[in-house]
Amino acid sequence: MSGVNLEGIVKAYGPIQVVHGIDLEVKEKEFVVLVGPSGCGKSTTLRMIAGLEEISDGALTIDGRMVNRVAPKDRDVAMVFQNYALYPHLNVADNIAFGLRIRKESKEHIAESVEEVGNILGLTPYLERRPADLSGGQRQRVAMGRAIVRRPKVFLFDEPLSNLDAKLRTQMRAEIKRLHKRLGATSIYVTHDQIEAMTLADRIVVMSDGRIEQIGSPMELFLNPANTFVAGFLGSPPMNMFDATITAGEQGPVAEFDGQRIQLQKLESLANSEGRKVKLGIRPEFVSVADQDAPNLVKLDVDLIETLGSEALIHAHLMGDPFVIRTNTVGQMNILNGISGFTIEPHLIKVFDAETGQALPGQVLEQ
Amino acid sequence: MSSIAGQKSGLVWAVHLSAAVLVILWLFPTVGLLVSSFRTADQIATSGWWKALFPSQQNLTLRTAAPETQVQADGLFVIEGSLFEDGSSKVITVWGTNAKGIDSYQPGDTAALRRGGRLTVQADGSYRLEGEEEFTGRRGPRVFVTAEVPPEFTLANYHKILISGGATDNMAKAFFNTLTVTIPATIIPILVAAFAAYALAWMEFPGRALLIAAIVGLLVVPLQLALIPLLKFHNGIGIGKGYLGVWMAHTGFGLPLAIYLLRNYMVGIPRDIIENARVDGATDFQIFTRIILPLSFPALASFAIFQFLWTWNDLLVAMVFLIDATGETTVMTKQIVEMLGTRGGNWEILATSAFVSIAVPLFVFFAMQKYLVRGLLAGSVK
Repeated sequence: MSGVNLEGIVKAYGPIQVVHGIDLEVKEKEFVVLVGPSGCGKSTTLRMIAGLEEISDGALTIDGRMVNRVAPKDRDVAMVFQNYALYPHLNVADNIAFGLRIRKESKEHIAESVEEVGNILGLTPYLERRPADLSGGQRQRVAMGRAIVRRPKVFLFDEPLSNLDAKLRTQMRAEIKRLHKRLGATSIYVTHDQIEAMTLADRIVVMSDGRIEQIGSPMELFLNPANTFVAGFLGSPPMNMFDATITAGEQGPVAEFDGQRIQLQKLESLANSEGRKVKLGIRPEFVSVADQDAPNLVKLDVDLIETLGSEALIHAHLMGDPFVIRTNTVGQMNILNGISGFTIEPHLIKVFDAETGQALPGQVLEQ
Repeated sequence: MSSIAGQKSGLVWAVHLSAAVLVILWLFPTVGLLVSSFRTADQIATSGWWKALFPSQQNLTLRTAAPETQVQADGLFVIEGSLFEDGSSKVITVWGTNAKGIDSYQPGDTAALRRGGRLTVQADGSYRLEGEEEFTGRRGPRVFVTAEVPPEFTLANYHKILISGGATDNMAKAFFNTLTVTIPATIIPILVAAFAAYALAWMEFPGRALLIAAIVGLLVVPLQLALIPLLKFHNGIGIGKGYLGVWMAHTGFGLPLAIYLLRNYMVGIPRDIIENARVDGATDFQIFTRIILPLSFPALASFAIFQFLWTWNDLLVAMVFLIDATGETTVMTKQIVEMLGTRGGNWEILATSAFVSIAVPLFVFFAMQKYLVRGLLAGSVK
């Protein structure tokens, strides 16, 4: 088991560059999730690590060995594909054993390994079946079994759950997490689903347009997004964002928008920046609902309140843009019914530069 | 709704009807050949094969036994016996004693003869001729019978052309010669084409697209174009006039289609499977033998059937590349051509030879039709 190191990894198809120099260090036994919208280069990066795509520039080391020009079979990695990629003409046991047979392991070792993997993944009753006779979840398990049986240095997952239905996906997600805990293998996992990323990862790498936007633990990224892209990508419902202008107030900077004012935290980067255009980011979960009389109230046009039992989603508008609030219902139904706005503590508001989209330095939310 | 339903049923009828027409078009000559091969030359000459399956009415002119066989009993002169000497199972329906009244009597009736005497004929052909005076003359009186003849078939034709026939009639040797040509001429191109198809489908190398285009181009080259240059070339390198030459010729002519079909099929195998095998540690050769080949079985089988049928029925390539004055390597198609010359009138021999030569293709077709249909669609539908 060992780490993977990417240094300035570039992928170009002819003159068109799709991955623009990625630096990433995956430590031993770490579970790293690459997440981003489709076309952001995450799958390409993963395939370069697997050796299925040529690396145009940069250095890739696995376990301290540079493997840029090493064939996939000699990198000691295992990959789980989105479409499972099971061998349709082989039964489950042979599918799992394929890699070992190719590597000319002894028969006893193969039989033992297949049995063990069958036990780990609950596949023992299906070992004689063909992939066509399995359900989606079982096929997914076979695909994972095929990967873990070889005890490779690194596991690569390419959107392995996106072909499953919602319920099965939740279940398999937990199973992958459990498996990782048990085997402790270095894993790199690609997904476009931010919930998968949040639940599985030790560290998340958010990518867009062939670049890394931010690397960090799920909570770090959730609480302290480095820019508007990360802020908008992680979290469900996503962070509310709207434009505002900084003015000076009695207790530090104040943001003005649409004739309303909202108190911000004192930041060095906001000192003497009156008139500066910023973007404010407010998590739907961080606000307190309030009725008309509350101090520091930000007024909203409330559209619709969805009560989901223990919590409620309030769909509103602020300056024409949608604004969503997520709140507990217990003991708050009175306020909810008369809601006209919200209050929020200044340190929970994220301030981004309106032009670059970068978060202003100095804003740190502790976990 | 009703109009849609009506249209559909009309189409279904059209499909069924054309299927029926095709089946009849195909079945009629084939069954005719099969039935004719079990008939004698006389039967083929006198009635169509479709009549061979049912009992037929025959008008026969027979004679009783000669007067010299008469015996005297109870004061009568008697001649007894059966009209059908060969012991066949014909059944007499009516009979008569002269040409004008061939249906005058029923079986079991007794007729008085003009020259004296009384004749009784039973349905199975046995008769009794009796008279008070001695019968004279050299031959017995004529009896005109209308008999029902049951279907009659014979294996003599097959015995003749497969076992006992002379050099010009013998199909057994030609049959094995054809097999000797056909089996390697099927296996060699498949072996070569499978490798080529894998490379063209899954291995990156410069000029791959051009190579594929060239192969598609070769598909439409008529083989007659290459016959003479190829024969010259074969003679030049010394493999003309033998099995090796004809194997190579068939291989060459079959390869473009083989590569094209197999490549199209292999391209359809999901990329993930191959990439997974690559990550699993398989080399290109291992991917080919352990994954691509088993998964391409339907396409391999369908091409094998095509190539087999086409080489089996081939005459042209065999005529050009398998020249042998001694007749040791004559294939069936050529043997039949020769028989048309030497045994042109003997339809029973020709029909039997023809059926021997189509028997194997028929068997292959029926045994493997699943793959034939699947392979025809290979690559075209995805």
